[in-house]
Amino acid sequence: MGIFESILLTIATAATPLLIAAIGELVVERSGVLNLGVEGMMVMGAVCGFAGASLAGSPWIGLLAGVAAGAVFSQLFAVLTLSIATNQVATGLSLTLLGLGLSGMIGEPFVGEAGEKLPSLFIPGLSELPLVGRLVFGQDPIFYLSVILALVTAWFLFRTRAGLTLRSIGDNPASAHALGIAVIRYRYLAVLFGGACAGLAGAHLSLVYTPQWVENMTAGRGWIALALVVFASWRPARVAAGAYLFGGVTIGQLHAQALGFGIPSQLLSALPYLATVVVLVMMSRNKRLMMVNTPASLGRPFVPER
Amino acid sequence: MKKMIISLAVALAASTAAVSAQAADKTKACFVYIGPKTDGGWTQAHDVGRQYVEKELGDKVETQYVENVPEGPDAARAIERLARSGCSIVFTTSFGYMDPTLQVAKKFPKVKFEHATGFKTAPNVTTYNSRFYEGRYIIGQIAAKMSKTGVAGYIASVPIPEVVMGINAFEQGAKSVNPNFKMKVVWVNTWHDAGKEADAAKALIDQGVDILTQHTDSAAPMQIAEERGIHAFGQAFDQIKAGPKAQLTAIMDTWGPYYVKRIKAVMDGTWKGGESSWDGLKDGILTMAPYTNMPDDVKKMAEDTEAKIKSGELHPFTGPINKQDGSAWLKAGEKADDGTLLGMNFYVEGVDDKLPK
Repeated sequence: MGIFESILLTIATAATPLLIAAIGELVVERSGVLNLGVEGMMVMGAVCGFAGASLAGSPWIGLLAGVAAGAVFSQLFAVLTLSIATNQVATGLSLTLLGLGLSGMIGEPFVGEAGEKLPSLFIPGLSELPLVGRLVFGQDPIFYLSVILALVTAWFLFRTRAGLTLRSIGDNPASAHALGIAVIRYRYLAVLFGGACAGLAGAHLSLVYTPQWVENMTAGRGWIALALVVFASWRPARVAAGAYLFGGVTIGQLHAQALGFGIPSQLLSALPYLATVVVLVMMSRNKRLMMVNTPASLGRPFVPER
Repeated sequence: MKKMIISLAVALAASTAAVSAQAADKTKACFVYIGPKTDGGWTQAHDVGRQYVEKELGDKVETQYVENVPEGPDAARAIERLARSGCSIVFTTSFGYMDPTLQVAKKFPKVKFEHATGFKTAPNVTTYNSRFYEGRYIIGQIAAKMSKTGVAGYIASVPIPEVVMGINAFEQGAKSVNPNFKMKVVWVNTWHDAGKEADAAKALIDQGVDILTQHTDSAAPMQIAEERGIHAFGQAFDQIKAGPKAQLTAIMDTWGPYYVKRIKAVMDGTWKGGESSWDGLKDGILTMAPYTNMPDDVKKMAEDTEAKIKSGELHPFTGPINKQDGSAWLKAGEKADDGTLLGMNFYVEGVDDKLPK
């Protein structure tokens, strides 16, 4: 395996959890709900993924456990914000805090245990192709899932009737309600999808990225996923580009350091974040673009009149 | 925003994580941790020390700890809360707690404070540290013997004297075996992010490194080393479970006996402030995990070096040593003094990296 291919593989591993969590949150936000609990759902996915794999002896069961944990945990947020109409920002933040604490408790017996890694795809011949073999035909299953998720989400949001409905709810829930659309049900499903995605992203961390459980192992990746959604102005293709750009800069700066270019390492470490800030500033200068893509009722609770 | 929210979250999580029980005739010993107590590295080593205290001193002592306390203003709040809650002695276990510890100590002159790895003391503040560099010298020697590519990778956290000293000691050890040995240093600017540590490990291996050492807190690099079939050294804690074929040895922090000694001093009134304690291999505050996955002659060399350091025959920083820019630092036979080591802000000759300032 050449160094070039190896670097691309490392970037794909770093970008995959960000992409999955961000795609999930994108759907949630397109429905007009702002869930700041991504980090919490992700870390729950990571711990339950690891615990599931360890208890059942199969990383595949772990994968399912991670997805389920994220989905179940998201419903706590859904009940509070959608049925009782609590403040979404505050509820999302508490979800993150709760997730970080709860995951530490659940994970305690699993600390220091060597985890089992999800097997990577291997097709004789194809996976051994030079340059792209491993990249296209030799990655972990969650990588392929992330690609499918991004494509299907883009298709769903912009090519299907249900996607159009979801976006209209995000822009104007009152009108959608008046047209007889079940706003709250749509939003419940969107939050459920977002939770499942965050759980899957977390399971990627504890089953593929670093197959082990350590407390707070998401280390802020949930927040980066949240930023990516804004960064991408709520478009799936741009979320993918953003996740890979972020992963690329993160890995690239490590290589730059190892090669000894003599650039201050603090600056290099800050680069991925700097890049995000620059793009955000550039985007927010284009008012029309923001207007078109931002879900107009993002973060506002909606209580249907009876 | 992200940083702010995280630190807010961490502070809240930390304040709920404190474990407490109250009893009048007991000496209360308190600990402030930078990471989770189960991080498999630095913080866990301290917590094992705390458990050792409970086991050794039984019902004469009660302990309390706060986890995940970020360095900076939040630290002062966490330390102050402990001081207020009736702790007789507070151990603050990260370099960045130095100023917050002094600040709180001023307000609570009756409470005793011990700050790990720092260099500032006060009438009720001491510092304690472990001569990690002794272990790093040994693993530098092993690396130079074991590496086939002649290049080791060093995953460094943040550029503080402690870490710089470690890199220099590793270089000194490696050079003593193979003067042409090379080392690539990557700074990840965090103590605890398994993903980032794994990324750094992969980047280094991709660039031809076949031995890894780290000064960060998780076992992720060890796992990557195992996966890619190279060797690595455990950090702070025995990481053999993460790398049964990869781990050559580990530098293990063994704080327990020190904590017992200091808490006993508090109990019988002999505790004095303003002091600095800096023990090493010979005192048992630092131990080497079994030397594994290496041929017998390398193992023998490592054991010999360990014995020589323990007996005082060998000091890893013995001249002649030049600084990185070629200027003289130590004359032949001269040994580095503790003050210079604790404030080390320069590389020795041979380190192929630019020190972040």
